[in-house]
Amino acid sequence: MALDEIKIGGLGASRRRVEDNRFIRGKGNYIDDIVLPGMLHMEILRSPLAHARIRSIDASAAWAIPGVRMVLTGEMLAARNLAWMPTLSYDTQAVLATDKVRFQGQEVACVVADDPYIAKDGCEAIVVDYEPLPPIVNPTQAKAPDAPLIRDDKTGQDSNVVFDWEVGDREGTDRAFAEADVVSTIEMHYPRSHPSPIEACGSIADFNRATSKLTVYMTTQAPHIIRAAVALVAELPEHMIRIVSPDLGGGFGNKVPVYPGYVVSILASILLERPVKWIEDKSGNLISTGFGRDIYLKGEMALRNDGRILGVRMHTDSDHGAFFSDAQPSKFKVGLMHSAFSCYDIGAAHLTAQGVYTNKAPGGVAYRCSFRVTEAMFFQERMVQAAASDLGMDQAEFRRINLVRDDDFPHRTPWGFLTDSGQYGKCLDLGLEAIGYEDFLRQKEEARRRGRLLGIGISTMTEPLGAGNSREYDILGIKMFDSAELKVHMTGKALLRTGAKTQGQGHETTWAQIVAHELGIPAEDVLVEEGDTDTAPFGMGTYASRSTPVAGAAVAMVSRKIRAKARRIAAHLLEVSEEDIEWELGRFSVRGAPDRGVTIQECAIAAYSNMPDGMEPGLENNAYYDPPNLTWPFACYIATVEVDPETGVWDVLRVVAVDDCGVRINPMIVEGQIMGGLTEAYAMANMQFITFDEDGNCIGSNYMDYLLPTAWETPGFELHEVVTPCPHHPIGAKGIGECATVGGPAAFVNAVIDAIGDAGVRNIDMPLLPDRVHEAITAGHDVSGAPPVKTEP
Amino acid sequence: MSTLFEEVPASFGDDVPVRRVTLTVNGEQRAANVEPRLLLAHLLRNGFRLTGTHTGCDTTNCGACTVLYDGVPVKSCTMFAVQADGHDIGTVEGLATASELHPIQEGFKDEHGLQCGFCTPGMMLAAKALLDENPNPSEDEIRWALSGNLCRCTGYQNIVKAVMWAADKLGGAADDSDDGSADGAGSDAGEEG
Repeated sequence: MALDEIKIGGLGASRRRVEDNRFIRGKGNYIDDIVLPGMLHMEILRSPLAHARIRSIDASAAWAIPGVRMVLTGEMLAARNLAWMPTLSYDTQAVLATDKVRFQGQEVACVVADDPYIAKDGCEAIVVDYEPLPPIVNPTQAKAPDAPLIRDDKTGQDSNVVFDWEVGDREGTDRAFAEADVVSTIEMHYPRSHPSPIEACGSIADFNRATSKLTVYMTTQAPHIIRAAVALVAELPEHMIRIVSPDLGGGFGNKVPVYPGYVVSILASILLERPVKWIEDKSGNLISTGFGRDIYLKGEMALRNDGRILGVRMHTDSDHGAFFSDAQPSKFKVGLMHSAFSCYDIGAAHLTAQGVYTNKAPGGVAYRCSFRVTEAMFFQERMVQAAASDLGMDQAEFRRINLVRDDDFPHRTPWGFLTDSGQYGKCLDLGLEAIGYEDFLRQKEEARRRGRLLGIGISTMTEPLGAGNSREYDILGIKMFDSAELKVHMTGKALLRTGAKTQGQGHETTWAQIVAHELGIPAEDVLVEEGDTDTAPFGMGTYASRSTPVAGAAVAMVSRKIRAKARRIAAHLLEVSEEDIEWELGRFSVRGAPDRGVTIQECAIAAYSNMPDGMEPGLENNAYYDPPNLTWPFACYIATVEVDPETGVWDVLRVVAVDDCGVRINPMIVEGQIMGGLTEAYAMANMQFITFDEDGNCIGSNYMDYLLPTAWETPGFELHEVVTPCPHHPIGAKGIGECATVGGPAAFVNAVIDAIGDAGVRNIDMPLLPDRVHEAITAGHDVSGAPPVKTEP
Repeated sequence: MSTLFEEVPASFGDDVPVRRVTLTVNGEQRAANVEPRLLLAHLLRNGFRLTGTHTGCDTTNCGACTVLYDGVPVKSCTMFAVQADGHDIGTVEGLATASELHPIQEGFKDEHGLQCGFCTPGMMLAAKALLDENPNPSEDEIRWALSGNLCRCTGYQNIVKAVMWAADKLGGAADDSDDGSADGAGSDAGEEG
């Protein structure tokens, strides 16, 4: 009798999470929970200025503090050729500043001491003499003819421009605009935002002189990439480096890059021959580590009067801070910005992009976003709203006219992506029905007559998740594939390891479900491990919603290899030829004699005790999976809001989310990902951003200034699903972790703009703070949020 | 901890003041010599190795370090250890007994009220303080009681459900017709123990 897949925790089971057993008891093992014998503690002294020449650093008072073991400065690192390190985008980044500081919060010196309090005392005792230089906080300033050169360390760099890039069909797009009935334009800034996991970054470096082995416990989403980076930066042999990523208190992209604190803790451990722990504080995390967004758009759409989009033209200016350290595929300079409009059937498209250096923290890494698709889809959906409005068309109808139809797949976008599946119209209709679209439009009109401002915002989008394939996607030349290794023990229990690294996504639970689905081994019999480079197979880590599309696929593929070997064992045990063996979940049987069979567990023990002649013993294997394409989930997010015209405060009335991420492995976990993403979308639309004043001071350097929504502000979410299996993924799944963060913000902003539609306003930059909304309503013009902000009274 | 010796850092200058604090932690009497500037969170984590109390923001905003101080939720990262002298401190490690989870812990697991788990101990202790005072809170009351605790993963909706689950279990064990395990949960929801 076949097993009940849901009962064994297979595909589709809302299995309760295995990792929760330790988290709910306070028994997680996060970086700061790890204590090694003889461990010292490191703290970082950061620059208070955004741009300044360093005249001198006097650390003598720090050295004199009892318990201070070492003070490290840029000069000391330079003597070891370690003052600069390579970034993930072929640039260089200062580890500790030598010549200049280039952003507020930049790492200037490190103090290693017996405990973290003494290390902080040491940092306070260091005297740095700075000569202030004029700071640059936006692209306009960066490109001004008389702008100070930020990267005077780089030979051949004579401006603050990082790159110029273009993609698409310039002539074809020009033709589309020449034929247009209406051209719709809009400009906006997607503000700098910080992923801000509640746990900041940290590391414990432990260099053992006796064995020459370096072990580094580190908050990283991509341990194998870090191992390679450490080998290159520190010039250590890669096989003598072990990176262990313990439980992570969230990541959201913040824990992908290599940060100076990691590097200096490693050097300190090598020099002192003791374990050195560095735990970043919240302020250090917010002002110095990888942010997201900070990009300006000029968008134009060529439209026909009947509502068809003939062409799209986009220009972006991205602000990368002092060092170009984006973690993104090397071919694409503004990530996957050119995946915008992938869900629409548009004629032609052209994108030009420029990136600049500024005196702000480096990064531009994806924040819960597959390489700038968050910006791409936000710009897309804001442009779509403006276009519909310019045509005088209904928001939903304009989308319906232009969405790619179900029978048009596979669909090649004008920028070269191949979308392969989806039911876009069905998702939109389901969303409209759930929100009660027509009813709401009536309520809105009625409310308006009584002076109340209601609005509805729609955001429909597909996004490319799950890099690779390896033809197109690499980081620093390392191709983007992923891996899984499965060991089935003789009692039928199993150990699974992958090259991904969970940060709350629940891999320990879901990967076991894939094994259960493929082999019929109950999920509770499968132990999942990740994050230790000495044991896990090589992989590119977890970000860009790539774990299920790539590592999850590898789990299915390695399970199938195990099943193929088990089938041969079954044939041997049942004394029939392999062709006469049939598989049902968890059991092989003889064709035509279903009573004669063996379970997968019986095959497992036979693999160690009674294998066929000539067969290699054991039941273990691995799989490296290189996906043929990205996965293309689709989402329709709809929000309704009420804006208070007196104050500019807006409240969310309802949020409806329709997600099609293909086959759902664990529906409970998928819904958790969607709700978390929607909350970050709401946060960015409503309150969460980092900005700078004229002096380059970071506004948003702690949780008193950098606002995150609490349970009180966060709206409730109504979730719906559509399932279009991914045609190339072994179990039909698509990425989901980031969809709501990517597609969500436009739904909220579109709703507010819709509510104040009578004011003649096209755009208010996020976050839609009450004063911005109030200014838009009362002055009737667009409101920019670009830095610098005025801090003078 | 051994009473045979107590290692004192060699660097410890004679001018560093030390205070003895005696407190109850999860029902057990504990004592330590501390510098007056030591934060309560660090005494719990580094001194007593109760690492379930997390420090997230250092500014009393995130609530990951929430502990119960004579039953009242406080943020232990902005409180000195000496302020806890003579008081009763409850941490996440005190929620479960050896054999049984607290219903709040069960609720968080069953309703998927956590993802990365970092905010969870503080969140559960804030919830416990609420339920101790108000066994039947409304959704708004739960959201308000937890508004001093930040979560970046869940969007709070499942946390609210988890607290309601616990309230049901604590209050209505008698008429427990639904065991709370939703579709497909059967194989794992009950695996504790």
